[in-house]
Amino acid sequence: MTNTMSTSIVAQLQQQHTITALVENHAGVLARVAGLFARRGYNIESLAVSVTDKEEISRMTIVVGGDHRVLEQITKQLNKLVEVIKVVDYTETAAVERELALIKVNAEPKDRAEIMQVVEIFRGRIIDMSDKTFIVEVTGSTDKLDKITHLLESYGIRELVRTGIIAMARGAKTASRSGRDGE
Amino acid sequence: MKLSGAQILLECLRQEEVTHIFGYPGGAVLPIYDAIFDCHDIKHILVRHEQGAAHMADGFARSTGKVGVCLATSGPGATNLVTGIATAYMDSIPMVAITGQVRTSAIGKDAFQEADITGITMPITKHNFLVKKVEDLAGVLAEAFYIARSGRPGPVLVDIPLDVSKNQIEFDPASYSKQVIIPSYKPASPSSRIPELQIRKAATLIAEAQRPVLYVGGGAIASGAQEEVTALAERTNILTTTTLLGKGAIDETHSLSMGMLGMHGTAYANHAVNQADLLIAVGARFDDRVTGNVDKFATGAKIIHIDIDPAEIGKVIQPDVPIVGDVKAILAELLKHVAPRPADAWNDTIMEWKRRFPLSYPDDGKLYAEYAIQQIGEMFDHDCIMATDVGQHQMWAAQYFKCRRPRQWVTSGGLGTMGFGLPAAIGAQFGNPDKRVICLSGDGSFQMMTQELMTATVYAQPVVTVIINNKSLGMVRQWQEMFYSERYSQVDLQASPDFVKLCEAYGGVGLRATTPAELRDALVKAKAVTDRPVVIDCVVPTEENVYPMIPSGQTVSEMLVKTDLELVKASVHADGSEWSFSHEEAVLAQYVEVANAVALEATEA
Repeated sequence: MTNTMSTSIVAQLQQQHTITALVENHAGVLARVAGLFARRGYNIESLAVSVTDKEEISRMTIVVGGDHRVLEQITKQLNKLVEVIKVVDYTETAAVERELALIKVNAEPKDRAEIMQVVEIFRGRIIDMSDKTFIVEVTGSTDKLDKITHLLESYGIRELVRTGIIAMARGAKTASRSGRDGE
Repeated sequence: MKLSGAQILLECLRQEEVTHIFGYPGGAVLPIYDAIFDCHDIKHILVRHEQGAAHMADGFARSTGKVGVCLATSGPGATNLVTGIATAYMDSIPMVAITGQVRTSAIGKDAFQEADITGITMPITKHNFLVKKVEDLAGVLAEAFYIARSGRPGPVLVDIPLDVSKNQIEFDPASYSKQVIIPSYKPASPSSRIPELQIRKAATLIAEAQRPVLYVGGGAIASGAQEEVTALAERTNILTTTTLLGKGAIDETHSLSMGMLGMHGTAYANHAVNQADLLIAVGARFDDRVTGNVDKFATGAKIIHIDIDPAEIGKVIQPDVPIVGDVKAILAELLKHVAPRPADAWNDTIMEWKRRFPLSYPDDGKLYAEYAIQQIGEMFDHDCIMATDVGQHQMWAAQYFKCRRPRQWVTSGGLGTMGFGLPAAIGAQFGNPDKRVICLSGDGSFQMMTQELMTATVYAQPVVTVIINNKSLGMVRQWQEMFYSERYSQVDLQASPDFVKLCEAYGGVGLRATTPAELRDALVKAKAVTDRPVVIDCVVPTEENVYPMIPSGQTVSEMLVKTDLELVKASVHADGSEWSFSHEEAVLAQYVEVANAVALEATEA
């Protein structure tokens, strides 16, 4: 029983978790969730929010760092918020995780063919072009986005924006309101 | 019937069987106060400061178990409630705070007396609402009361813009339902499914334990589990310690009660917890004032943790058997599985500690706070409600005022709010007109909410305030003495008003006591006053410290106790049989150690 909670930064760096919270689509819910994380010292790596197929419900996908105890506390504290309907942890679930990035990269005429090849390999798209730049759109796992970002850095990245991860369990399982936690 | 938002508000309060609103008017609540003008069944208590209103609602709630209600205007009125709301939040007290807001069209425009009170109170309320249209008002209020009182109780704030309370709609009071369903909010309740398997595991641990201890917190009071707590203790002969908020969950004169544990808990309760092999935590949250250094707290004990709030399980300490549910319902079920256990050598060991390290204070004819508290208990047959402020007097009261029943004890534990005592006592008096209510205060705390004496006078509430006047901010002084080399920084309160005259100026009865005899006289006189507040200025020595004391973040082995009027560090060997004392020098060495640790901490920070 000597085990105690540790929310030290070291512990938080141990592991990243992707969790999804279904919340009532009310004004201020995002502030409540964000406030909870700030107040209790949990670190949000990324956060994506949007409405679901039911307009009264929003879905937040949050990537947080921490060991399983921290994650358990986060889940419980989130569940305590009156407007949080359900929290699902995808850590040990087969889930699809995707993120989208827009990358404005220098594209001198001599480099264009090479850049287009890189984009092709990563199944990205060039969605804007000027005499000096491309905007590259690429979707995938965090890892894949990191890799293409790294490759494009050699040409000079002018601007980068990423959506943060969204996730969904594989197969027939859903994170619907009626389902039980962790399904 | 067409009703304004303000009238609908009062209808809803009526449906919730609210008897008292503690409040203060202002611009944004003018329609509400206009409706109150015609309302004769719900009593509005006009306070002198909104913080007083929040604390009164809190004291009312703590002493009755009902939801307390306070009301303030927008902006400064609302922000003045904040300390009171935070106080209630930290101690899980059911409260509905109603605030006025500027008209909806002016929100976000920095209007006169506008404050984002739902934003401000987000971290200190269980939930809060901004009502955007009058059609939503009744539903929001029903949810607010339901959320405040259900599950782990807490304060809920409802912010009502001026136009929402002014606008009229068709409203049928009969349509109001207290049975609210909020799909995203499903707290445990007395009727929740009982986790049988966990209860059987707990019963097994209890049956196997050699050195069990019951550790009971405010959750037992909130769920009304005093009978079950007592029954469990009696059936198993397990000695029971309560937290500051758990006082009254078992009669403290019961032979199985060890009083409070923790930083200023009894030596025997702390030794018992430290050497226990099973700790049964009931509606308690392993607060740092209880555990000290968590890594060294009850290291040999298996833990059963019963709480209604799943987030408390594993927050501080990972239990062996977690049980989530209503404490009363869980204990009632547990009792069916627990076999009687006779008192044994473990009980004897603790009783020996109890004899060896009793609570004590000097018997030299001077007037001491501890004596005053004991006398209050005797004078009012241990049946009065005891509200306290925060500081040394509060800890002495926790040690020396023996609660016989729940809801007799009204104190700000989690937040430690100075100024809480007097308004909370007044709120408790409104809720308990048949009981005497005492406010034990300090010369520091009392001056934070003195103005509420006027409220007590106006409404003829005979609250007796006993100011433990040591002419100092005693608890801070104590820490400066012990951990900051007696560098007394900004704790001197020699310059204070004449509390006797001050109370008289407010229309109450002022008395002063400087000796034990004078104190007894003063209490007799105070008891005879039944139509106005009384203040007894109880003048005590400045240098007294609260013992036992486990310095912050330390362990039982660093506990300082007083025996035979000598300060010693008392520790017991692991087998509980032998004693070792280290006297003054060791204690001083300890101070140095602790001071070094504090200094180190400060450097690291």
